Amino acid sequence: MRDSAEPVAEAGAPAWEDAVLAAWLLAVDPVGLGGATLRARAGPARDAWMDLWRDLTPERPMLRLPPGTPDDRLLGGLDLAGTLAAGRPVRSPGLLAEASGRTLVLTMAERCPSGLAARIAAAQDAGAAFALIALDEGAAPDEAAPSSLTDRLAFAPRLDGLPLAALAPGAAPCPAEVVAAQARLRSVRAPGTLAEAFVGLGLALGIGSLRAPLLALNAARAAAALFGDDEVGEAAAAAAVRLVLAPRATRLPPEPPPADDDPPDDPPDSPPPDTSPDTADASDGDAPTPDEAEGPDDGGGRIPDDVLVEAARAAIPSDLLARLLAAGALRTAGGASAAAGDDGAGRKGGRPVGSMRGALRDGARLDLIETLRAAAAWQPLRRRLMAEAGAQATPGRVLVRPDDFRLKRFRRRAERVVIFVVDASGSAALARLAEAKGAVELMLAQAYVARQQVALVSFRGAAAEVLLPPTRSLVMTKRRLASLPGGGGTPLAAGLAAAMDLARLAKSRGTTPYLAVLTDGKANIALDGAPGRPQAEADARRIAQALRVAGVRSILIDTGNRPAQSARDLATAMGGAYLPLPRADARMLSAAMRSALDGPG
Amino acid sequence: MPPSFPFSAIVGQAEMKRALTLTAIDPTIGGVLVFGDRGTGKSTAVRSLAALLPPIEIVRGSAYNAAPVNGEDRETVPTPVIDLPLGATEDRVVGALDLERALTRGEKAFEPRLLARAHRGFLYIDEVNLLEDHLVDLLIDVAASGENVVEREGLSIRHAARFVLVGSGNPEEGELRPQLLDRFGLSVEVASSTDIAERVAVIKRRDAFDRDPEAFVAEWAAADAAHRAAILGARTLLRAIETPDTTLAVTAELCIALGSDGLRGELTLMRAARALAALEGAMVVTPAHLRVIAPSALRHRLRRDPLDEAGSTARVDRALAEVIPA
Repeated sequence: MRDSAEPVAEAGAPAWEDAVLAAWLLAVDPVGLGGATLRARAGPARDAWMDLWRDLTPERPMLRLPPGTPDDRLLGGLDLAGTLAAGRPVRSPGLLAEASGRTLVLTMAERCPSGLAARIAAAQDAGAAFALIALDEGAAPDEAAPSSLTDRLAFAPRLDGLPLAALAPGAAPCPAEVVAAQARLRSVRAPGTLAEAFVGLGLALGIGSLRAPLLALNAARAAAALFGDDEVGEAAAAAAVRLVLAPRATRLPPEPPPADDDPPDDPPDSPPPDTSPDTADASDGDAPTPDEAEGPDDGGGRIPDDVLVEAARAAIPSDLLARLLAAGALRTAGGASAAAGDDGAGRKGGRPVGSMRGALRDGARLDLIETLRAAAAWQPLRRRLMAEAGAQATPGRVLVRPDDFRLKRFRRRAERVVIFVVDASGSAALARLAEAKGAVELMLAQAYVARQQVALVSFRGAAAEVLLPPTRSLVMTKRRLASLPGGGGTPLAAGLAAAMDLARLAKSRGTTPYLAVLTDGKANIALDGAPGRPQAEADARRIAQALRVAGVRSILIDTGNRPAQSARDLATAMGGAYLPLPRADARMLSAAMRSALDGPG
Repeated sequence: MPPSFPFSAIVGQAEMKRALTLTAIDPTIGGVLVFGDRGTGKSTAVRSLAALLPPIEIVRGSAYNAAPVNGEDRETVPTPVIDLPLGATEDRVVGALDLERALTRGEKAFEPRLLARAHRGFLYIDEVNLLEDHLVDLLIDVAASGENVVEREGLSIRHAARFVLVGSGNPEEGELRPQLLDRFGLSVEVASSTDIAERVAVIKRRDAFDRDPEAFVAEWAAADAAHRAAILGARTLLRAIETPDTTLAVTAELCIALGSDGLRGELTLMRAARALAALEGAMVVTPAHLRVIAPSALRHRLRRDPLDEAGSTARVDRALAEVIPA
């Protein structure tokens, strides 16, 4: 239900051995492998891994990057003190540039906003030669480092729940061995069929990204170099599958297939013919195409596919299912950024998110520090110009011009999260469910226009489910909504409780939650999952009241065939608006939504 | 600057490559938006475009890429493809007073930045849907007027800034504002292929490139050169291409059937179809050209009803089937 499953502890020793191997491989080829996501709470396992990494890469000192790092620190900018002292512009390079050749440690990666992730990813794409270690302390399955980042990092050792006894150091970390492997790396050959094997396995495991097989290829080469081989062998390939592909699996590989699974013996070298017959594409295909580069990779041996499949099967995390449920749950767009303040009810305008140039007009809040920074550099020039104009500048006074004004930028006041709570139970019979979906879509359109985030919770059977954590993506929301099944009991209390959790989370992230509950109000499953109308209704009322106490604004849309007193009572308990759907048309829904969104909050 | 991945070596993604090629032939088509899954080579494609573009002639030393009009001293430079990074400050985008000159020589002088450098070229924004709202406003304004106006410390600067806007992003990170959406001439949806052979080809080429960029680029130089020649040939042909009234009528009919906003869609569709005809060496734009390019030219202009179950591409296809029966 609403408690989030902790990642299941894995078998100790093998998991740790793999984590150690991942550290070694990353040390051998930090740029080709990108880095690692360490999914673990702060604790001995994580410390042990980080110590190992430090010992392996003495030449790569660590640079910490907290998720709240502002852009000017990240990307560099004018160094004010230096500029004034030197009398010429002095720029600081920024963390991302400083990190080149070092280890960049992203702390609290599960709180990393997508904007920061994009900036780091862009730096990596532009060739910044740092290894990135993302420390992901997420507790719930859907609380994790942004996928735009983890997609680029080869490894994701899972250290949570490892027993202390498992943390054997293994072979003593030996930087010299790493250096020797690095020297070998360039000449390591991979069998020509290895790319096919990794791609095929990637698809079988349901891995969409093409970066995964590429990273696996690099990992296999690094492993071979580390093992002292000049060609990727079974052990190296299996290690790559275990460390790179298996943790990314979104489904289990097929059972041992019949004998015809062999890919064609001749490697499919020629680029595939353009398979889109509908378009006469002149820009493609006419150009002379060099033969596919087999080049140095053209090793002779091939590694049996079943070796790789077995490696994958053995290494797929035991909590795959739990993660699969979360996998669809995209990382919250915009997500958490900076240090989330206390729940800070009533703060006007939301959290400050940097500053921008602008005029001081109605309601704008001056960012004093940034304004002074902007003004400081111009002081000598302004003094001189004033002197030339015959005016006297008061000594010791800073000359500020309107041009210097920097305004605080707030997370837009309109940044609200509309949490839709949809009753998909049998009592909200299927036809009504369709209408409820229609209503949600209408309100979604409103939210889209107003650039709100939306989240989707549904409840039916015995429990509630968060179908979609807060997102701006209409595409995702539509998809989830369309595939929402109906039927079963009405665990209304569970639905409200799940929504309340989301609302709390939204508040902690500085956004304002708003609840839109679509139900007929006929609760018959209690919070603990037991059937029984009286308890179910009492539970629902209790949580509704808690919602009111928590100050979450809400609207209840009665989806029953005729307006029901129970639904109206529930709306009252929530302290929210009540709107019976049977009488509501599109216009009314829109209006209700708009008044809700535009209201104070 | 490391070499970029050769355009011709990009596997599949025909629609994306076509859209980029067409805007290279006729920049007035107005930009490309590439939306799709991670790891489908969106930014790779845009970055590799730079190598394909024919050089431009500018006034020697011009920081604004000014085109020579009279007998000015001139030089030839590569067509600029400028990255607008997320987190860029407003000053860095529009330009600012030259701090160094102010401090060292006490002069007020304007220092042109990204928008000036992108003039007559391409401005590329990766993760465009994560761009700060105030920068989006600014871009919408400049892209519409073709001019950058800056007021600083009593200086008023106005310079031409006409560029092809290229954006890429992942729809899961959020939607784009309709106003910005409309600034892109063509929009392309990319998905990672599920075809094993195609995926293997992607991996092998990328791997070969990563291991030895220079050799890989050299290997594909001929293919890229041929593509560049095709772009240049199409450019010269462009003016001679005939657009019959019947084709214009079909264009209008298509846009009406789809209820696409304004004339921009119609104009883009026509220009793109003409560029496509030129690329194919056809002298007349036919409904067949429209059919190929209509999804890219129109699908992002239908957002009036963001919740239509069918999705924009399907709606365009439906309208195409009605208006241009096969």
